[in-house]
Amino acid sequence: MNLTSIDWAIMFVYFVFVLGIGFLLRQKVKTSTDFFLAGRAIPAWVCGLAFISANLGAQEVIGMAASGAKYGIATSHFYWVGAIPAMVFVGIFMMPFYYGSRARSVPEYLRLRFDEKTRGLNAISFAIMTVFSSGISMYAMARLIQILHVLDGPFQRLGIPQHWIFHFSIAFSALIVLAYIFFGGLTSAIYNEVLQFFLIVAGFLPLVWLGLKNVGGWHGLVQKLPSSYSHSWVGMGSPQTNPLGVEWFGLVMGLGFVLSFGYWCTDFLVVQRAMAADSMSAARRTPLIAAVPKMLFPFLVILPGLIAVGLPTKQISTPSAPMSVSRASSPEHHAYGKGLIPAKINEATGQPQLDQNGKAVLDYDLAIPNMLLHYFPTGILGLGLTALLASFMSGMAGNVTAFNTVWTYDIYQSYIRPNASDAHYLWMGRVATVFGIALSIVAAYAATRFNNIMDMLQLVFAFVNAPLFATFLLGMFWKRATGHGAFFGLISGTAAAAAHHGLTLPTGAAPGIKGAWLGTILHTYPSEMAQNFWTAIWAWTTCFAVTILISLLTRARDEKELVGLVYSMTERPSEEHLAWYRRPAALGLAVIALTLMLNLIFW
Amino acid sequence: MGLDIRLPIGGLFTVIGLLLVSYGLLAGKAIYQASLGINVNFWWGLVMLGFGLIMIMFSRRADQRSTR
Repeated sequence: MNLTSIDWAIMFVYFVFVLGIGFLLRQKVKTSTDFFLAGRAIPAWVCGLAFISANLGAQEVIGMAASGAKYGIATSHFYWVGAIPAMVFVGIFMMPFYYGSRARSVPEYLRLRFDEKTRGLNAISFAIMTVFSSGISMYAMARLIQILHVLDGPFQRLGIPQHWIFHFSIAFSALIVLAYIFFGGLTSAIYNEVLQFFLIVAGFLPLVWLGLKNVGGWHGLVQKLPSSYSHSWVGMGSPQTNPLGVEWFGLVMGLGFVLSFGYWCTDFLVVQRAMAADSMSAARRTPLIAAVPKMLFPFLVILPGLIAVGLPTKQISTPSAPMSVSRASSPEHHAYGKGLIPAKINEATGQPQLDQNGKAVLDYDLAIPNMLLHYFPTGILGLGLTALLASFMSGMAGNVTAFNTVWTYDIYQSYIRPNASDAHYLWMGRVATVFGIALSIVAAYAATRFNNIMDMLQLVFAFVNAPLFATFLLGMFWKRATGHGAFFGLISGTAAAAAHHGLTLPTGAAPGIKGAWLGTILHTYPSEMAQNFWTAIWAWTTCFAVTILISLLTRARDEKELVGLVYSMTERPSEEHLAWYRRPAALGLAVIALTLMLNLIFW
Repeated sequence: MGLDIRLPIGGLFTVIGLLLVSYGLLAGKAIYQASLGINVNFWWGLVMLGFGLIMIMFSRRADQRSTR
């Protein structure tokens, strides 16, 4: 990659602003509430943009383009069936309890509503997960910088060995994120997330524009792709007739209901952004405001993937894009690729990896990076790369701020040192930021050594997360649910997820990390995605049933204690005084109507 | 929280916009082969500059209202 001084100048300006925000906010952080909850003083639109930006990490930008290249516009289900309905639900129905109960974190809500052990289970598993997620983000970023040869030139000029690029990338990103969170806390993270949001849009919008112009607009693109690529619902009747390999019921229940509601409604990483809002109505509007750009993201992140596969394969050997994997530049390997997507190269042999049918395995994750290299000349290329770096950092920072809050309030204050002064917890929050990032670095290096361990951890996290929404749903809307019920419901939901995964297998996979590790195969799913969705459905249903059963067998809590925590015991927040477009219910309806329209347009 | 976020957003976009516009005016045309012959640095720089200035304007107006 040939970067010139203009590209470096743009990156430099970005880092100056990122650090500048942290520095300017330094004096404003006086109490632990300022640090962990941004003083509950952030306007709704800022919270809303941070709400999606915290989730707009590398997984989103790179992963959704990859998925678009692999499956086509059906990837939009992750938005128009998955995220949006869940975001509307959390804003209208759940935020009154999160914000109204004055809980400082999601695990703390669980303690107020249920009991200490339910909170402990959630807090500890969440803390471990955030540290690993931020480590994985860090690792992915350092790998990408290596693969794209971003720093090869400067390192050569300075006479530093090339293998230091990885270490440098890790250390650099860690220091930047550390600096701005250490000083400014959540406010700084939120402000930077909003900055990153605009930067990501500014970096990818011209990419989509140039790409679409090149292929002859949407209609030109459709003609270059198999017909399944341009329809999201056609063929969803049976797993055999659509690229995802899932039938509509598994999709709507597994992805749309269990997984998406589980993430957007219970994950403190995103809910924390709404808790920082300056009023109840602002907190409720946060996810609804976030839903508007979120429903348009498919055009920003999925379309580049479609364009990347739609382009003629030959163009890949232009000199500006001798891409990626260092040894892959010999032209005969490009024949294995598709459009701008190269084949995965076996690191040991230098040959393209082939699947069982002798077809090349494509490296879809390179869709976005290769699109940037293909269309952007120096100058705007610096902007595109900065946007990519920004997306990695916002993912990392989101995890770190969620970690330091849960660690300090739910673990340190609860089990290690209760009743200390507020200044002490503020200090602890800063210390937690440092060791949270240090642990992420350890996780990033663990990922380089043991790839399988990372896959396994992510699998375990999926088991832990799958049943969560059942617990929150019952907790908020059924006053009879008890702490014992919630705790054992969660445990059995996780166990059910593990058991289901251990007894089933996607077609064509070998028993092991992909499933069937319990020895017997009870069912074979048409795709890995179908297996994931059904694992989630089983986990949720088990947790739901067990929670109800055990709750009915255990003693109910006094109703007076549940005021502000359960729907039937809480007064509805009044919104009479608000203009109609500021009322959460009206906003929610508008968002749902627009989403429905998008589903119909791309049916 | 004291600091209006629109100010740093506006600042960042203005600076990057200015950088891109001036680079688009100064650099040779050969590099725009990749971008379909469009001087994407100049035009996108102009868009970013415009957005940046609007953000700064909004934040200054809000500032004046609060001090009045």
